[in-house]
Amino acid sequence: MSVAGYSVVAVTAVVVATLAVGAYGWRFSRTTSDFFVASRTVRPGLNASAIGGEYLSAASFLGVAGLVLAFGTEMLWYPVGWTAGYLVLLVLVAAPLRRSGAYTLPDFAESRLESRAVRRLSALLVVAIGWLYLMPQFQGAGLALAATTGTGPWLGGVLVATVVLVNVLFGGMRSITFVQAFQYWLKLTALLFPLLFMVGIWLGDGGVSVASTGTTPGDSWESPLAGAGGHQLYTTYSIIVATFLGTMGLPHVVVRFYTNPDGAAARRTTLLVLALLGLFYLLPPVYGGLGRLYAPDLIASGNTESVVLELPSRMIAGTLGDLLSALTTAGAFAAFLSTSSGLTVAVAGVISQDGLGRRLGGVRAFQTGAVVAVLVPLGLALLAEGVGVARAVGLAFAFAASTFCPLLVLGIWWRRLTDAGAMAGMLVGGGCAGGAVLATLLGAAPAGWPGALLAQPAAWTVPLAFLTMVSVSLATPWRVPRQAARTMVRLHTPEAVQLDRGILPR
Amino acid sequence: MPDTPPRRVRVTSPRTGAARVQQVPAAREIDAQTALGEVYMSSLLRSQLRLALLALAALVVVVGGIPLLFWLAPGLSAVEVLAVPLPWLLLAFAVYPFLFAVGWLYVRAAERNERAFTDVLDRP
Repeated sequence: MSVAGYSVVAVTAVVVATLAVGAYGWRFSRTTSDFFVASRTVRPGLNASAIGGEYLSAASFLGVAGLVLAFGTEMLWYPVGWTAGYLVLLVLVAAPLRRSGAYTLPDFAESRLESRAVRRLSALLVVAIGWLYLMPQFQGAGLALAATTGTGPWLGGVLVATVVLVNVLFGGMRSITFVQAFQYWLKLTALLFPLLFMVGIWLGDGGVSVASTGTTPGDSWESPLAGAGGHQLYTTYSIIVATFLGTMGLPHVVVRFYTNPDGAAARRTTLLVLALLGLFYLLPPVYGGLGRLYAPDLIASGNTESVVLELPSRMIAGTLGDLLSALTTAGAFAAFLSTSSGLTVAVAGVISQDGLGRRLGGVRAFQTGAVVAVLVPLGLALLAEGVGVARAVGLAFAFAASTFCPLLVLGIWWRRLTDAGAMAGMLVGGGCAGGAVLATLLGAAPAGWPGALLAQPAAWTVPLAFLTMVSVSLATPWRVPRQAARTMVRLHTPEAVQLDRGILPR
Repeated sequence: MPDTPPRRVRVTSPRTGAARVQQVPAAREIDAQTALGEVYMSSLLRSQLRLALLALAALVVVVGGIPLLFWLAPGLSAVEVLAVPLPWLLLAFAVYPFLFAVGWLYVRAAERNERAFTDVLDRP
């Protein structure tokens, strides 16, 4: 059998296993609470694996290695930032967010600020970020399947969308939790196992330094500073701000916190996630580094994102290499499936509660929401030209950091935040980040400093959003929520003490 | 001045049998949002926020300092340890144990703060 043959078998196996593990969860999914938050009974070990499985998207599995191969050490800031983002999430929002007792980000915004308008704006932003993040997953699936099996570029996306939809429709969050926990370990194995063979070959060849080969004069492959010219430092720090602060604003990350039994468990889960992510992110950069030594032609052909899929069969001769390449293809599909599932649950939850809940209600509304949540970005992915998986995901982070990060941090730690301040901050931050993103994508950005500011906007849009939120809140002190003090008690006190925590959101 | 000191008298409270001052549980102070309740709450919030900022400061100084370090001393990029460039060693491997260590210390300290708060509230 050829690489394509093995890959078809491997992808089929992942799809079947995903549906089977999901079906195991279907049996337990009965109530609305099962569908939305797995009835809040998921233990830290299982939950951490599920979060890791959900979070490690195509951008992590394929994108990081491709970026490192193409641009070098500076691209390591993405995996570092995606992990450090969880540390920021742990220390600033993990436990209070769980204690808030809300299902989704709009729930949190409404119960903290006691305003329907803030809720509606948050719902809109969740759907926007979710779709911005789902689209590259479907595109990436199409590219990966086309690269390894030679099918049309649309098939991969449609396949992923169908499997996700089946699991979400029948099992909701309960079934997704099992699927994602399984997929974390699948992804880790799929990268680790081929790597053991390949590092052995590298050592056998004398352990040549990556930096020593193929570098043109002036190429700073080993420099950790991103961008070019006089704004290297700005671009690097802007990536750091976007990734460190954007993680907490991603809808599929936040929705996971409500599945923990209590605030302390939310903290421990996040700590375990930190360990699992750190373990995983040790691997993709090594593929990028080895790719520079053993598959440098991928840089010239611009096909760097397929390095994870192709490297094993290039470095290891014969059937073993083909089998290992099929294994990494299977891992890539696990990445597409798990991230898309998580995003679909998060976006479907918001659509059903804020768009359809009044008319349909309960599980039926959730299922309708899931269909909308998947079909729109799938259509966009099929229609639009590829933006690049890691690039689109990077934009989603900058956008989330400029909108939900200030809302969560100030909402949790600052009693005097008002609904007017929150709205103004999210509109200013989201407007500036969104405008910069559009200008860059449409190619309207000028060269030099203005171009650098628009290409990586987070370093100025995030402070601007915080500043707007604080100053407008201070200017509207009469709008401080009446129950703010009670809400602070709910967010910060351990569940063990008997206190009046106000009315929980639903 | 008399040379004999005055006789010492024993002073006793006339109301030894009276009930002591009624203690209001701290939890009720918080529920009623009294000034004392506010003190309990703001001390919990302040200790947790101080801890969070401490962890973030460690992150900003150590990880956030890396770009600045290599910008100020570009020659460091060429340093190699066992055929691995130094920036690579820091960003691809060394950062992750550091992040976990900060997180672990944070969780321990945050739970200690909460235990202290619970102890104050549960005191009869």
